[in-house]
Amino acid sequence: MNILYDERVDGALPAVDKPALLQALQAQLPDLDILHAEEDLKPYECDGLSAYRCTPMLVVLPHTLAQVQGVLKLCFERKVPVVARGAGTGLSGGALPLAKGVLLVMARFNKILAIDPAARTARVQPGVRNLAISQAAAPFGLYYAPDPSSQIACSIGGNVAENAGGVHCLKYGLTVHNLLKLEILTVEGECLTLGADSLDAPGFDLLALFTGSEGMLGIITEVTVKLLPKPQVAKVLLAAFDSVAKAGRAVGDIIAAGIIPGGLEMMDNLAIRAAEDFIHAGYPVAAEAILLCELDGVEADVHDDCNRVRTLLEQAGATEVRQARDEVERVKFWAGRKNAFPAVGRISADYYCMDGTIPRRELPHVLQCIAALAHKYALRVANVFHAGDGNMHPLILFDANQPGELERAEAFGGEILELCVSVGGSITGEHGVGREKINQMCAQFSSDELTLFHAVKAAFDPHGLLNPGKNIPTLHRCAEFGALHVHAGQLPFPDLERF
Amino acid sequence: MSAHNNDASQALLEQVNQARAAGTPLQIRGGASKAFLGRQVAGVTLDTRDHRGIVNYDPTELVITARAGTPLGELSAALEAAGQMLACEPPHSDDGATLGGMVAAGLSGPRRPWAGSVRDYVLGTRVISGLGVHLRFGGEVMKNVAGYDLSRLMAGSFGCLGLITEVSLKVLPKPRCEAHIALHLDPQQALLKLAQWGQQPIPISAACHDGTVLRLRLEGGEGSVKAARERLGGEHFQASWWQDLNNRRLAFFADPRPLWRLSLPNNSAALELSGEQLLDWAGAQRWLKSSAPAETIRSAASRLGGHATCYSASDSPFQPLPGALLRYHQQLKQRLDPQGIFNPGRMYAQV
Repeated sequence: MNILYDERVDGALPAVDKPALLQALQAQLPDLDILHAEEDLKPYECDGLSAYRCTPMLVVLPHTLAQVQGVLKLCFERKVPVVARGAGTGLSGGALPLAKGVLLVMARFNKILAIDPAARTARVQPGVRNLAISQAAAPFGLYYAPDPSSQIACSIGGNVAENAGGVHCLKYGLTVHNLLKLEILTVEGECLTLGADSLDAPGFDLLALFTGSEGMLGIITEVTVKLLPKPQVAKVLLAAFDSVAKAGRAVGDIIAAGIIPGGLEMMDNLAIRAAEDFIHAGYPVAAEAILLCELDGVEADVHDDCNRVRTLLEQAGATEVRQARDEVERVKFWAGRKNAFPAVGRISADYYCMDGTIPRRELPHVLQCIAALAHKYALRVANVFHAGDGNMHPLILFDANQPGELERAEAFGGEILELCVSVGGSITGEHGVGREKINQMCAQFSSDELTLFHAVKAAFDPHGLLNPGKNIPTLHRCAEFGALHVHAGQLPFPDLERF
Repeated sequence: MSAHNNDASQALLEQVNQARAAGTPLQIRGGASKAFLGRQVAGVTLDTRDHRGIVNYDPTELVITARAGTPLGELSAALEAAGQMLACEPPHSDDGATLGGMVAAGLSGPRRPWAGSVRDYVLGTRVISGLGVHLRFGGEVMKNVAGYDLSRLMAGSFGCLGLITEVSLKVLPKPRCEAHIALHLDPQQALLKLAQWGQQPIPISAACHDGTVLRLRLEGGEGSVKAARERLGGEHFQASWWQDLNNRRLAFFADPRPLWRLSLPNNSAALELSGEQLLDWAGAQRWLKSSAPAETIRSAASRLGGHATCYSASDSPFQPLPGALLRYHQQLKQRLDPQGIFNPGRMYAQV
């Protein structure tokens, strides 16, 4: 299925006179860097979801707030769609450009404006990389907790736009839990402050509403994040299991014992073997599943919890439990997990990464269904799972050069997401809807719910100029997509109530 | 169904649709334990308390789902039985406070700076919208970024954007160990110490200074709590003191002058305002008993990057919003509640 913007179902976009717009931008903002030649636009035709590409009409690279404001005002007057882009690492096509739109690249806003150790905050521009914040805070013994796997490259503005997660969310929360304040520009170029330097702000919680809104409600121009003291120690246990179900139960046992690990990750056999071949982390390649359980905090507590977790893992039927002896081995254990995606990339020409979430108790059932679907589509799948918070990343292996394989992989992925919805989960835990999961939104939400989302959008952007076509599907698209699926008989569990 | 478990959503939906048809505003209430906070609403009372009961609770999933009219006491008892808690410590005693009111008001207790606010624990909501339909946003999973985050938007919106009928909350295990220590420090010293400790891995989970004494709660494993106790010293006091603080039952709150809540950056210096102050949340929340004019108090809070809320009778209890922000509040209200039936004017006269 093609997910590029389709005016027929996604809504007509205003016709824009490109030369006239370019001329107006050049006249009003003479210092603004504008890319308009075909060869210069090419590098911006996709974000981290590289299977989908669209050359933007124009790319603007502002470096001052006044320039961003100028671009927005001009585009608002002329009814030109604007797609914001940060570092371009997003996996759901949230920054996929429009042929009839301006791509607003915020990457040059890359300054850390202030680190305040006493208040434990960092005030940064949106183009600052996630990891750069923790690096700047490190001399004060502080860090920024959310750590999406792309943290060396992804920017904080994009993290806010997607409400990015990472491997430590169960204990430390998502981006939304680690923000204090946003400065934004509305579609009309008006400045708003959302949140505050204090822990709460008067009025509606627009800070929460804007977090994860995928550039649809406003443009983020400054971000104030909370910093945390670095945990004194972090220790990691690796447990091997001869069945995925046993590993899943062990996760529940750890939580039930009142322990909240800093990180709790599961990998299945194919993911284990791929990672071991690539990283040589010392993973047991015969295991059906491994769990990595990281405990962090004050040394005495971590020591006690390690012993408790070891006992729980053994009782849950682990065939082997190993604690990393030192920091070198701890990093090595994690390296295998953190490189699971590229490791899978080595054993398959292409892979398609899914991002569904499920209640943890449903894991054995969902993995069984995924195995059955893999058989149906004749494609392999490696499972990597943020087990602590129920966020699955099945990696579907395919070869785009084989006719039909990409389409099969997409159909397989769509079914996995609908499976997640049917067991009470969500189509996206941390990657966002963007353009990638626009059709699955029709499975997650009813038309009444989508109507309310559109009402929220209209309160901030009545003409639909900010990132049109992302995040919330039109009812027209859902009508077509839904009809298609019923026709093909692909919707799993049609008799189950949608949750 | 027992009185403790009753789905009255159909009746609530009918009442909302009647109000929409007649164009009459609704004044939403649960236990009315927070009726003092916010502006008076003229409207037909919509009582959520018949819509109650825990819908789903699986301690190993760390999620509880319950109907809006469920008393917080009932919810807390169920969590307590499984060794878990609402980590944001919403204030409630035997005052009939409900889950819906907890989320609508969004008030958090002493643990808030370390554990997060009510909105931080909201995973999903069911809401009857201004278009007269019963909707579901978010869910029972920890991570969910599908669509706009309307669940968290509902937290602290005082019922102005829709009627919350059901909420899923993240819950946490109760800490293994706790200790309560009192240290004699003047306010400046206390703020300085709190800023230092804030940068260190010390298991502080509540910090309140009354002008002469800094009270701390330590929570964690046996090892960390013991080590912190040994390091910080001080005298022991009763855990129930924190409940008295959270429910505003301390002698400080009996002062007849108006009560103000100032939300400030945690490292703000002591405020020069007439009246008595009680510093909570390690400095990020300051209670003030003062007869000073509202403008004086509000501008003092704004200068420091915070805001002030009046907890006593007032026609303007919440800090006024800047013009542009107010306009977007009005537009959002207009889009989500076109007939203006949900608690109109509860937060601001114009919203």
